[in-house]
Amino acid sequence: MTQTERIRTETDRLLAAFEAAGGERFETGMLQPAEVLLDLYGEDIRARAFVTMDPLQGELMLRPDFTVPVVQAHLASGRGAARYHYAGPVFRQQTERSARPSEYAQVGFEEFGAGDAAQADAQVFALFSAVLSPLGLTVATGDIGLLRGAVAGLETTELRKGALLRHLWRPRRFRALLERFSQPRPDPVPAMAEDVPEIGLRSRAEVAERLTRLAEDAAAPPIPAGQSALIMALLGIKETSANALSQLRDLAVDMPGIRAAVTGFDARLEALSAEGVAAESLAFEASYGRTSMEYYDGFVFGFYAEKRPDLPPIATGGRYDALTRALGGASAPAAVGGVIRPELIAELERAG
Amino acid sequence: MTLKIGLPSKGRLMDKTFAWFTDRGVEMRPSGDGREYVAHAGIAGLEIVLLSAGEIPRELGAGRIHLGVTGTDVVRDRLPVWEDQVAEIAALGFGHADLLIAVPRFWSDVDTLHDLDAVAAAFRRQHGQRLRIATKYHRLVREFLRAEGVADYRLVDSQGATEGTVRNLTAEAIADITSTGETLRANHLKPLRDGVILKSQATLFKSRRAQWGAAERSALAALLERIGAAG
Repeated sequence: MTQTERIRTETDRLLAAFEAAGGERFETGMLQPAEVLLDLYGEDIRARAFVTMDPLQGELMLRPDFTVPVVQAHLASGRGAARYHYAGPVFRQQTERSARPSEYAQVGFEEFGAGDAAQADAQVFALFSAVLSPLGLTVATGDIGLLRGAVAGLETTELRKGALLRHLWRPRRFRALLERFSQPRPDPVPAMAEDVPEIGLRSRAEVAERLTRLAEDAAAPPIPAGQSALIMALLGIKETSANALSQLRDLAVDMPGIRAAVTGFDARLEALSAEGVAAESLAFEASYGRTSMEYYDGFVFGFYAEKRPDLPPIATGGRYDALTRALGGASAPAAVGGVIRPELIAELERAG
Repeated sequence: MTLKIGLPSKGRLMDKTFAWFTDRGVEMRPSGDGREYVAHAGIAGLEIVLLSAGEIPRELGAGRIHLGVTGTDVVRDRLPVWEDQVAEIAALGFGHADLLIAVPRFWSDVDTLHDLDAVAAAFRRQHGQRLRIATKYHRLVREFLRAEGVADYRLVDSQGATEGTVRNLTAEAIADITSTGETLRANHLKPLRDGVILKSQATLFKSRRAQWGAAERSALAALLERIGAAG
């Protein structure tokens, strides 16, 4: 079999499995309007995607993935619950030192509007686990919802919580902010510079407004040292799911903010077991998924070929309610899903 | 075969580059008609190719020249994984310039990247668009801001007179090369305290992609000995 045939066979196999799980086939153009993607992901997507120019339509992007188009189509359909599967090429610029391709296939499955989050997470994970089981892959899981809950539960101002939540997916800035907000003596607040000309779109009133916020912030007490230490302890958890659950329960005694997420974690493990997954031994890492997947805000997972560290993850996925909310407002349906790269499976099969 | 060295074709950078080589016994003079430069150095097979400093990274990366003098800033911005394409042979000690982020001086609430990030979030809420940073060093600025975890900004292209973009309402901040800071002050801008992206200077680079035969290698060895650098 040639590599092209292997990829086609694998794509058909995955699509058939996703089709059997219910739902409909989703199709979309390779050229997507750039604006929505740029608005969601900013300069990060500009660095990764191929941006091109149409004289009439403006900036277009070779689709970097199917997730955003499928969310948009689902929101436009006005339906509450639905499942979709899809397959096709996606395009990413490769600027790092690697031989990774700029064009590769993705086969994906997305579920919207499921009532029970734990059950939907478990079903999607079990589906991916089943179709990938012949490959003997290593699994990584995480849950961004724990960190979100921990931040929301901090004893500090809403402004500081908002700043931390905005940077859940940027660990370095998140840590710098947490340290800053835990300092007993903040930086002195500067005075308005009166003798300097006002230039640009940002007005003197906006500067004055932020100076007021800075003064308020300087007067706010620091985040108690114990609480920021608990967040670092939470982020350090790397265990089997059963052990992680018991550590999380211990942490939840002092961190009421994570209690709902821990209950959800427990419910998900039960739902996973009910789906036939060996949930207790599933590897869990509290900081997993923070750098690679903005807008994933709950359960996250990845499948890796341990013997091939040169390959990117074979499959990734998770819950991204934050993305549907960003595109469809507060009442947008919940969403969980993932993608598989058939050419990586073909490569594993070829290499034996 | 000849050892091709790409040198800046204009201005002070050209003058200083030629003086630097001449001081080290690699004399370079204009040819008879003044259109070409030739090395009078007793180094067999050394050929000077005059290029715009901005084109030299590309020529090095393509391997069409063996050596080249240009700023570290342009090499790092134009060549992805630049270490795989070129090697630094010698820093020439002139052409010093910092690539840095600057904001309007009247922004007294902004001193660091932390402030810039916070202001970008507030600006986006207020104006419904991302805070624009004008630059021609897209890759360097983007990688720097990503590593620092700054969000809610957008790069806008500016190939010249970048300091004027804020006053012209086409950007809220800039990322540009500055050697003295005077231009910033004249345009009512100030640098961020921790916003230096790169300290650049004129540097002699070697292409890893060029054809390196015996003749080129021996010409390089002779040149390196003359200028007192290790290859």
